[in-house]
Amino acid sequence: MTDTQRIITVAVIALGTMLTRFLPFIIFPEGRKVPDFIVRLGRILPYAIIGLLVVYCVKDAVFTSLHGLPELISIACVILLQKWKKNMYLSMIIGTVLYMVLVQVVFK
Amino acid sequence: MKRKALKAAFPYTVPILVGFLFMGFSFGLLMKGEGLSVLYTFFMSVFIFSGSMQFVAVGVMVAAFDPLHAFLLTLMVNARYLFYGIPMLEKYSKTGLKKPYLIFGMCDETFTINCSVTPEKGVDRTWFMFFVTLLNHIYWITGSTLGAIAGSFLKFDTTGIDFIMTALFTVMLVNQWEEQKDHFPALIGVLGAILCLFVFGADSFMIPSMILILVALAALDITREHKLKKSDDKRKDGENQ
Repeated sequence: MTDTQRIITVAVIALGTMLTRFLPFIIFPEGRKVPDFIVRLGRILPYAIIGLLVVYCVKDAVFTSLHGLPELISIACVILLQKWKKNMYLSMIIGTVLYMVLVQVVFK
Repeated sequence: MKRKALKAAFPYTVPILVGFLFMGFSFGLLMKGEGLSVLYTFFMSVFIFSGSMQFVAVGVMVAAFDPLHAFLLTLMVNARYLFYGIPMLEKYSKTGLKKPYLIFGMCDETFTINCSVTPEKGVDRTWFMFFVTLLNHIYWITGSTLGAIAGSFLKFDTTGIDFIMTALFTVMLVNQWEEQKDHFPALIGVLGAILCLFVFGADSFMIPSMILILVALAALDITREHKLKKSDDKRKDGENQ
């Protein structure tokens, strides 16, 4: 990619991100009633979307020779740490360091 | 008024200060590792301000030029913001000139604070939400730019550092799981996505997954409403007799 192409790519990603953030406010401007169905959906949807995002993160790893084993081990570590210590940054940092050791040293 | 709001907002953003410096730093290192200039890191953090998307964007930036793919990928990765907006419609109303910036800066962490924290009495809510957004934005820009600068000096293997994104989503999933009694939405998200991943493959499973999730949640909602209505009707019948 040339620099111009990269700048266009960054601009497109920025615009796409803004679109997802602004759209609900454009569809439902101040003073307009939001349908109950949308309100209820808005309450439960974030839970499903986060689940989808976790799967998104491991999508490529699943089809490699290790079948996502380092990812699974590290995700399990993050879940256990989070349930136990409830400190999100501790869970994230230890999980990531573990993953880096796994892919750089153990499963090399 | 501004000072008071800033003072009230800062403590809530401290965990994010730590997290964003670390995550931003990782992002900067990764960008530098791919040979992308510090300026890209800086401007991406200013204008995109979405951790997950920026990590995904690193791969896009070093692949062949394809703006349409970049745009669609952004919509898929960031589709969750569409649904963050819905609970915020009311909270961000009547915020005047600050409203566009509040919406622009609505990343996962900012959303979480602005959605759930009510500042103490006497603190202007609009300014409070504004400072939460601004502080988080500054942490993110600072962390990522420092990472990109350090990447030029540090010779250190960053392979696997992008797992921080997976870790963030996993933590959010665990937190939501513990907060919520109703695990159906989370299960539908994970299982629906896994199913679609194996049926459609890694490159094209996101859109089918989102459709499946929407349909499943809508069906869940309709059956629940139906049950609620039925039990209401029964109760009414009982009262009439």
